[in-house]
Amino acid sequence: MSDISYKVPTMQEMSAKGESPEVLFWVGCAGSFDDRYKAVTVAFTKILNKVGINFAVLGPEESCTGDPARRAGNEFLFQMQAMSNIQVLDGYNVKKIVTACPHCFNTLKNEYPELGGNYEVIHHSTFLQQLINDGKITLKGGGEFKGKKITFHDSCYLGRANGVYEAPRDVIRALDAELVEMKRCKTKGLCCGAGGAQMFKDAEPGTKEVNVERTEEALNTGAEVIAAGCPFCMTMMSDGVKNKEKENSVKVFDLAELIAKSEGL
Amino acid sequence: MEYISQIAFLLVLAVATYFITKRVGTIKNNIQLGRDTDRSDQKGRRWKNTFLIAFGQKKMFKKFIPAFLHLLIYAGFLIINLEVLEFIIDGIAGTHRIFAPILGSTYYSAAINIFEFLAVAVLFSCVVFLIRRNVIRVNRFKALKGWPWLDANLILIIEIVLMIAILTMNATDQLLQGRDDHYVQTGAFFFSGFLIPLFENMSVGTLIFIERFAWWFHIIGILGFTIYITYSKHLHIFMAFPNTYFARLGPKGRMNNMEDVTTEVKSMLGIDTGATNGEPPAEVARLGAKDATDLTWADLMGAYSCTECGRCTAECPANITGKKLSPRKIMMDTRDRISEIGENIKKGKTAEEGSPLFSEQYITDEEINACTSCNACVEACPININPLDIILQRRRFMAMEESSSPQSWNSMFQNIETNFAPWKFPPSDRFNWANKLNEEK
Ligand code: SF4
Ligand code: SF4
Repeated sequence: MSDISYKVPTMQEMSAKGESPEVLFWVGCAGSFDDRYKAVTVAFTKILNKVGINFAVLGPEESCTGDPARRAGNEFLFQMQAMSNIQVLDGYNVKKIVTACPHCFNTLKNEYPELGGNYEVIHHSTFLQQLINDGKITLKGGGEFKGKKITFHDSCYLGRANGVYEAPRDVIRALDAELVEMKRCKTKGLCCGAGGAQMFKDAEPGTKEVNVERTEEALNTGAEVIAAGCPFCMTMMSDGVKNKEKENSVKVFDLAELIAKSEGL
Repeated sequence: MEYISQIAFLLVLAVATYFITKRVGTIKNNIQLGRDTDRSDQKGRRWKNTFLIAFGQKKMFKKFIPAFLHLLIYAGFLIINLEVLEFIIDGIAGTHRIFAPILGSTYYSAAINIFEFLAVAVLFSCVVFLIRRNVIRVNRFKALKGWPWLDANLILIIEIVLMIAILTMNATDQLLQGRDDHYVQTGAFFFSGFLIPLFENMSVGTLIFIERFAWWFHIIGILGFTIYITYSKHLHIFMAFPNTYFARLGPKGRMNNMEDVTTEVKSMLGIDTGATNGEPPAEVARLGAKDATDLTWADLMGAYSCTECGRCTAECPANITGKKLSPRKIMMDTRDRISEIGENIKKGKTAEEGSPLFSEQYITDEEINACTSCNACVEACPININPLDIILQRRRFMAMEESSSPQSWNSMFQNIETNFAPWKFPPSDRFNWANKLNEEK
């Protein structure tokens, strides 16, 4: 057992005690159900504990933001989800939300206001960047990624959709790692292939899978770690690495995992 | 007798103005066939975008060489057209180079030398562009066949011919100065000076014929070209300005909210909207897009603005990996279809005649379904066209009106409805991840 016992309070527990957290951690469906991404949720929760952030989650009261339904064209379903989520969030008087999913981030931040849900929403890459800048996370000696080549795969919903390009890179730099860029990066970053609800269906006939194209590009940088900041990118890049039979030499990690591992959490 | 050429000129001008006005009217009407969308906010930001992106060509400069050559043609186009003003005055008044005595030969020859420099620059750039398209065969142009292919090449060739006409006219004009009283002294022209040896030994009569021919050719060419442009992808030289002004602002990731749906969802959830209290709900328009007229006027304006450059398609992950989807094709098909609908209406047929925009004839569902909504096309477009918006409007129709979404998406919808997650996991398991938190590492 690690010496600290990590806590993850729910909004319900907190409000029962008459408390309110500084920030709500919106876990998202992938963070809750996807086996690989649950590890990211755990890593981020550990960081929040370690730094002593007063946070809470919705736990069983959380529900899909409606993003995949909206991108696939089902506006009704999206708005049903959004309105009931807004009722829950407003019921707890939530003001600030952090999430490790760029799709949840985009929807909560840009699409809920028109339906009456107004919150300050930040992606966990920006949150981690702030913790680093404020000196709350200090990676003494750089930990296990020091000097390693890491490439960052931009998530479309974080990058082009919302203009967040530097936060994730700042996090990687803080690890004392060598950040190597793919040719198509930042505004020109190539999608992993999962956005726009593609995650939930097979691709149309073509000559290649998008994730393989992207993984090849990542592997060409010679990086040992492909860093991601999105559950769908995580799945697509991991599958790509497996497809190229490189899973023993190249790892795909989320930004929170990189920090947690460096901190020995 | 001497008024004949003036009358002929006025006639040419009148005919050209008639056709140009008519085409502008048609295009304006076609754009207005689209649904309404409010783009009247944030005027400051909109002007800034027009200034930087259309006028300043900011997004072109991601790749220097084509951007620079394009800039030469663009500057040439803008500045050489000042000379057209002189053409028109001369044509109407029966004068010759009316600005020469007004400006004096020093300034006049300086101005013409600048125009000539630009004419040569345009000529050079057009030749390089022809080579890029047809000899080097730059990837993003390969998919263009038939009319779009011909259109692109024709434009370059017409521009080359027009520039040659200007230079020929200036060369013969210089020889005529001093030989014929009508030709006023202008000072020397540098670039057309190189052509003088070609014409030196000709008689005054032949020179006047060539000079007049080049003059008429150039002005009729310019007017004809202007009409041609309205049928061509070259329309972007005008449309880029309104299109960048009216382009969507705000984060690219935000999809527009469907107000009709909001009203309905609120009443289903029992949230009081106030507005509709007691009244029957207003008739809900078609949800999403079945045909080009279901798109917004801003989408249709984008279709008329598209330069067919293919920068969007070159960045599209679906297209790169061999899927049928091509955002450029989305814009080209939209333009073709809305033009067809406009014609239908003009001919007194029903607007719907022909195949709708979203059908085998134009954009298929296979193309629509392949989009990852990655916004690469939107980012890449040099004049802020948004093919993604059109794709998403279509998906709405497929999901909500036609129930023709891919089967796996229907299952995903069902999962969200019943389990509140896109996967089939019971909602009670949602918080199980927390059990892992304090497990042995
Ligand atoms: S948003 Fe869709 S059409 Fe545009 S580049 Fe991405 S996948 Fe292609
Ligand atoms: S939509 Fe934009 S990028 Fe695509 S072909 Fe047209 S002008 Fe070029």
